[in-house]
Amino acid sequence: MKYVGQAIKRKEDPRLVSGSSSFVDDLALPGMLHTAVARSIHAHARIKRIDISQAWKLAGVTAVVTGEEIAGKCGPIPVAGEIHGMKKPVMHLLAVGKVIYVGQPVAAVVASDKYIARDAADLIEIEYEPLPAVTNPEKAIEPGSPVIHEQFSDNIAYTFGFETGNTEEAFKNADVVVKERFVNQRLAPVSMETRGAVATVQAPDRELVIWSSTQIPHLLKTQLAVMVGVPEHRTRVITPEVGGGFGSKLNVYAEEGLVAYLALKTGKPVKWIEGRRENLACTIHGRDQINDVELALKKDGTILGMRAKVVADIGGYYQLLTAIIPQLTGLLAPGAYRVPTFKFDLVGAFTNKMATDAYRGAGRPEATYLIERIVDCAAQKLKMDPAEIRRKNFPQPSEFPFATSGGVVYDSANYEKALDKALQLADYAGLRKKQAEMRAQGKYMGIGLSSYVEICAMGPSVAMPAGGWESGSVRIEPTGKVTVLTGASPHGQGQETSFSQIVADEFGIGIDDVFVQHGDTARIPYGIGTFGSRATAVGGTAIYMAVQDLKAKLAGIAAHILQSSPDKIVFEDGKLIAGDADKSMTFGAAVTQAYIARNLPPGMEPGLDRTRFFEPSNFTFPFGTHVCVVEIDEETGEPKITKYVAVDDCGNVINPLLAEGQIHGGIVQGVAQALYEEVVYDENGQLLTGSLMDYALPRAHDLPMLELDRTVTPSPVNPMGVKGVGEAGTIGSTPAVVNAIVDALSPLGVTHIDMPVRPEKIWKILKGRKAS
Amino acid sequence: MIAQHFEYTVATSLGEAVSLLQKYGDRAKLLAGGHSLVPMMKLRLASPEVLIDIGRLSELSYVMEENGALRIGALTTHHSIESSEVVGRGCRSLAEAAGEIGDIQVRNKGTIGGSVAHADPAADYPATLLAFDATIVTLGPRGERSIHASDFFVDMLTTALEPGEIVREIRIPVHSGRSGSAYLKFAQKASGFAICGVSAVVDLDGAGAISKVAVGITGVGNKAFRGAGTETALRGQQPSPGLLRSACEKAAAGVVALDDIHASAGYRLDLARIYARRALEKAVERAG
Ligand SMILES: Cc1cc2nc3c(=O)[nH]c(=O)nc-3n(C[C@H](O)[C@H](O)[C@H](O)COP(=O)(O)OP(=O)(O)OC[C@H]3O[C@@H](n4cnc5c(N)ncnc54)[C@H](O)[C@@H]3O)c2cc1C
Repeated sequence: MKYVGQAIKRKEDPRLVSGSSSFVDDLALPGMLHTAVARSIHAHARIKRIDISQAWKLAGVTAVVTGEEIAGKCGPIPVAGEIHGMKKPVMHLLAVGKVIYVGQPVAAVVASDKYIARDAADLIEIEYEPLPAVTNPEKAIEPGSPVIHEQFSDNIAYTFGFETGNTEEAFKNADVVVKERFVNQRLAPVSMETRGAVATVQAPDRELVIWSSTQIPHLLKTQLAVMVGVPEHRTRVITPEVGGGFGSKLNVYAEEGLVAYLALKTGKPVKWIEGRRENLACTIHGRDQINDVELALKKDGTILGMRAKVVADIGGYYQLLTAIIPQLTGLLAPGAYRVPTFKFDLVGAFTNKMATDAYRGAGRPEATYLIERIVDCAAQKLKMDPAEIRRKNFPQPSEFPFATSGGVVYDSANYEKALDKALQLADYAGLRKKQAEMRAQGKYMGIGLSSYVEICAMGPSVAMPAGGWESGSVRIEPTGKVTVLTGASPHGQGQETSFSQIVADEFGIGIDDVFVQHGDTARIPYGIGTFGSRATAVGGTAIYMAVQDLKAKLAGIAAHILQSSPDKIVFEDGKLIAGDADKSMTFGAAVTQAYIARNLPPGMEPGLDRTRFFEPSNFTFPFGTHVCVVEIDEETGEPKITKYVAVDDCGNVINPLLAEGQIHGGIVQGVAQALYEEVVYDENGQLLTGSLMDYALPRAHDLPMLELDRTVTPSPVNPMGVKGVGEAGTIGSTPAVVNAIVDALSPLGVTHIDMPVRPEKIWKILKGRKAS
Repeated sequence: MIAQHFEYTVATSLGEAVSLLQKYGDRAKLLAGGHSLVPMMKLRLASPEVLIDIGRLSELSYVMEENGALRIGALTTHHSIESSEVVGRGCRSLAEAAGEIGDIQVRNKGTIGGSVAHADPAADYPATLLAFDATIVTLGPRGERSIHASDFFVDMLTTALEPGEIVREIRIPVHSGRSGSAYLKFAQKASGFAICGVSAVVDLDGAGAISKVAVGITGVGNKAFRGAGTETALRGQQPSPGLLRSACEKAAAGVVALDDIHASAGYRLDLARIYARRALEKAVERAG
């Protein structure tokens, strides 16, 4: 049986849906203590005094730590993503002297249970001298703004920019120039499982073991070892089940360092589990970019050039990759089009808010939003059909690999094919007809397109802050069962299933003969992790390579015994078949030979265990077209998505069920950015969306059934021809929704509307029209 | 999201609940379904020292019709109300309001008594209780009191309950003859609570004119209120789309609307107008 390409149900699900698996919070170790963090209530303030005496008095409290104590003993929060010349404020695990955002850890309490720990944390008295808060990134970088990090002269974290071709010339020669300001609001990743960590020091060899809900166990291990000063070979990170991350767990957080430090200090296991309010305030946020975009075109819709000025809100400090996320926006801004000239200018601004960092899409949704919106603005101005302006500017399949003015080389694509398929599936012509009818009745209906491309399979190490390769280990046990170890530690994606499919097919064995393990640095060779839609294209390829090596070895053994030659051996139905079908041996028998090792080909080592590291030569660039249809309640302004079609191309598909799952979830998250989600701080830097009663997440009933289809353009970058699908939905969907709403309102002269497009924003427009 | 330390006691009878409340005074809070109180405690917005759990008093969980009135025990869950045939028949907008509350988990635990005692300005029930001229029956150390809904809801999170008093029952006069009611809500996207919820009740006379009409509006102001101007404009009139439209212009006349990150005051007021009309249209249609 062939598994690859089949919609196989996830191996992970029975244990997850029956609740028999365990997450960090399920961990109970003998003598385990619990920690709670006292956090800043101010966005910007000097710490005058910390009084821990009341907290100490509570029965059950075993330790209280503050920044003063820890700063000398623990390294700061690590920063991996660097931009040349950037200012580098040092962030200690607990604040020293000053706090710079609401929720910043100031002190921590360790107690015998989590309730006492929480009560004690509330008894810590922190006296502050409030300072003026800086919350608007554009104001933050103006001269005269209060400076957040006093060692620097201003709040400009860094500047970055490039120009490809001569944009000035292009704009001078243009027939039309469209210009618009797009804001990507701040978002909270809100994974179902919040963060959490447990640390313990295991005698007798005094190994520091940390269980954490993370996407990057190995990188975390290295960073924590350095942070708390335990040699790395005595540090071990284990990730049990991880209930989602969306990029937010692609990081090293203060609390992870804290539990490690506190376990070393107390000699006891210490647990910290993040509450939902902490999750909304103190886990990284995403997006928060202001983009001023100009597009120069000829009358016929041909794009001549683009300029994008970006202000990215960094927050108070950098987490692991904060600085480089907005850079990705620049790389991808030309989107799926021939944009011959492009100028990109980026300023990172420190503000008194939580740090931004990678959130599903990370820099690419911002790019896609700006290009897909500005192209629609151009179509509107030129009175062109949005499908036609896109078609006109697509590079042709023969032009690939295609070097863009964003500075990357797209691997392979057929943008027009995906567009056509989406238009056909949506019955675009019929929709336009219906729109005309509805408009004649005074109704508001809009059709939005988004022909996106994205950067996946992160990535070539030269372009990555911490290595972009991945490891894959395959061990065939003496009984013929296969153990696969992957460094691409999943957090809900389903690699146990998809990687099993790949391995089972290659060996010609059953899927249940393959078992995929991950997330324990003591068991798994060093790896990078799961993010940037890389697990299959990079991690899967490493496994594929290890499998090829073992197949060669097994083929050698089989050829030796069957008196054939290795290149004649075929792996099929649990057998190794030599040329003519009469001569064959079972997979198990060949494996046994490798272990009993009495009759191996001369010079061959025994055993069947191989680890490979795959270094991709390039990113991959999935693409597609989404079509969104909205109808608007003309009284309340409420937009309702009545149809959603997505045609995505992620190269070859290992498991359509998993791919569709990723697309589904991604679309819903992207729609939620367009319509609902927004992290709101007030002008004093207080978080107004601090609970799920105020931060709006999407619900199943908000969307119609999604209509999905795909085209398949294999990637030449890896042997399986896969591209990646984890973020495509989020990247493609947001502009489709906003484009649809603007299209609906375009008879009123509307050219743009900011996200999240809440009903009230539309109501205001409708109201304004009635008034005039 | 961890509540402050508290003591926990279970009341095994209504009488015991009253005496426990008396014993602990304002150090204690009653715990019914826990779906308003526990979130408040976890956010540390409420920190009672003692919880008196009345959630197991099955004697307070009932729906019955008696002498032209619905009697609903305080501990009746939202789900029981939503799915009660008696409520659906006599007081459809109450069933609809119950069905609009939160999600199925919330409706399975949350109670009508807890909801009215909590008096969230965006809760669903108050609009309907006002529109139906409901009475809240309470029991305290000095015995029973019947409080009209319009007197019961005093302000945001404030009711006419005296210290030591327990909500015992909700009584709702049932309309007979050509009568219809409807509840419609524009929900806050995150919490699901009402930014504007309107309950409309319409009785028609033999000639099809509006003999009785009531409009209750929640979520818009600091407490639910009646759209008195709208009611006056409709009473005695033959319902028509134009009339309903013009009458609803005054739905929230004189009300100071709430204004927050989820909706401006202006938007809330306009929603009151729009939803009042839509609820009335539906109620008229149902009155048949
Ligand atoms: C996720 C979520 C969504 C929700 N969505 C909605 C919504 O859309 N619309 C809506 O209206 N509500 C909503 N609610 C609130 C819900 O309806 C609550 O169940 C209700 O407000 C309180 O009822 P309870 O039985 O849970 O009371 P509890 O939480 O137990 O108590 C609430 C308060 O009332 C007091 N109290 C309880 N019972 C009595 C009594 N018999 N006499 C005197 N005092 C009493 C308690 O001491 C406490 O102060 C939501 C709640 C949650 C958690």
